[in-house]
Amino acid sequence: MMREQVVQGRAAASDLLALRGVGKVFSNGVTALSDVGLTIREGDFLSLLGPSGCGKSTALRLIAGLSTPTSGVLDWRGGGSLDRANIGFVFQEPTLLPWASVFDNVWLPLRLKGISRANAASAVNEMLARVHLTGFENAVPRELSGGMKMRVSIARAMVTKPRVLLMDEPFAALDEITRFKLNNDLLELWQDERFTVVFVTHSVFESVFLSNRVVVMAARPGRVFDELAIEASYSRDEAFRTSPDYAALCRQASDVLVNAINSTAGSHHDGH
Amino acid sequence: MTVIDGTLKLDPEEARRVRQERLERIGRWVLPLAIMILAIWLWDRICVWNEIPRYILPRPGVVLSTLYNDAGLLFSALLVTLRITFLSLLLAVVGGVGLAVLFAQSKWVEMSFFPFAIVLQVTPIVAIFPLINIYVDNQTTKLLLCAWIVAFFPILSNTTLGLNSVDRNLRDLFKLNGATRWQQLRYLRLPAAMPYFLGGLKIAGGLSLIGAVVAEFVAGSTGQSSGLASRIIEAGYRLNAPRLFAALFLISLTGILIFLVLSLISHLILRRWHESALKQER
Repeated sequence: MMREQVVQGRAAASDLLALRGVGKVFSNGVTALSDVGLTIREGDFLSLLGPSGCGKSTALRLIAGLSTPTSGVLDWRGGGSLDRANIGFVFQEPTLLPWASVFDNVWLPLRLKGISRANAASAVNEMLARVHLTGFENAVPRELSGGMKMRVSIARAMVTKPRVLLMDEPFAALDEITRFKLNNDLLELWQDERFTVVFVTHSVFESVFLSNRVVVMAARPGRVFDELAIEASYSRDEAFRTSPDYAALCRQASDVLVNAINSTAGSHHDGH
Repeated sequence: MTVIDGTLKLDPEEARRVRQERLERIGRWVLPLAIMILAIWLWDRICVWNEIPRYILPRPGVVLSTLYNDAGLLFSALLVTLRITFLSLLLAVVGGVGLAVLFAQSKWVEMSFFPFAIVLQVTPIVAIFPLINIYVDNQTTKLLLCAWIVAFFPILSNTTLGLNSVDRNLRDLFKLNGATRWQQLRYLRLPAAMPYFLGGLKIAGGLSLIGAVVAEFVAGSTGQSSGLASRIIEAGYRLNAPRLFAALFLISLTGILIFLVLSLISHLILRRWHESALKQER
């Protein structure tokens, strides 16, 4: 389905990362990923959509370099591996240091690079302003709501100005109203900064709302099932969320996902 | 969170809860105090009713006056015991945390050496002391070593547990940001271990006092120590029960104070972020 599509309003972008024949087998014998081929282009907002157990989080960890593939290669810009400094990662939970203030949490990646508090202050404060947390610098995580914690987590991932932002179901645990708000803010940030996003989700609606490409995955073994180009223009806002176009795209994505799930159900007789 | 002023109308259920909370707040202090006073009064009465001689069981008033009259002797002895207690606690902290950090560097190190720490812990100190007595000449060193062996284990075991209980995602985050081993320890594992360490410290505080007193007791027969324990032994030989009680009172008071101070320290460090130090809010 429309694999090599140039998304409207965006120039044909250069390839950033190609996964070629990537497989991952865990030591317990589970094949998490099998023969995954995927090209991520500079500036993409790419969602990995699929049922649980389809290996989308494993794929993200491979891209992050937190895990190595059993087979196949990850080809960064046609050779070599990307410097980790160019990757930001947002986990499913906010994953903040509970003893540290909001400022210190966002400072952390810079601190680990040896940048002092004073030298980091402008970058940290700017990032906190971008996620609408100015004034909460001295709060500790437990004093924040779930949505605010996630904002801190995003600010921390973005404070190093990474070229790639990897997000592992970051908003899955939030209520819908908060999730919508964070979706909007994330898109705004992405449009301003033009980084590349790989976004793992099991929500059709979220993936369609955010992405220019939705890669649907199937389980057992985890593999790429199909890809959809979401050709709606940015900026997407609340009007887009209620538009017929959005509904149609969601339906299209939903159908593909159902096929992906059925393809799994058909191939699994192991009776669990 | 609700501000309760005169104008706020509470329904019966809420009013009952407010009353209940107020009662509990008062009861927490008043009840133990009342029981304590009752017990002391009963102690006094038993002495009077049964005409028990003071060298068997002195009346509370006698103990108190002994505490006052023998203050010079008792408090200088207390100082000696306190010195051993705090020095050994300090060494237990340094040794316990140091070993825990070493163990945290490698699973292999931990697997190899942790059993030795357990052996040291489970062997009664009184049984080890005669050996220490043979190998160590210096009296203070003897007592310190003894108290240290008793006190360091809770710190070691708790801190080791804490250093190993770091959230997996946080570990990944540090890895992604290229953190060195030292940075991971300094910014992640040590702070994460803090509540566990403080829990161990509270136990070790009491144990170091026990260790110091027990060591003095065992050394007492051979030694020239002058801590509270030797005062107790001495008073026992002389059937000086009032002084014995006074010394005992000082030791338990010291234990309580150590516990309270360590609890306060723990509360001050953890109050902003750790579950254990947070007030329930509903």
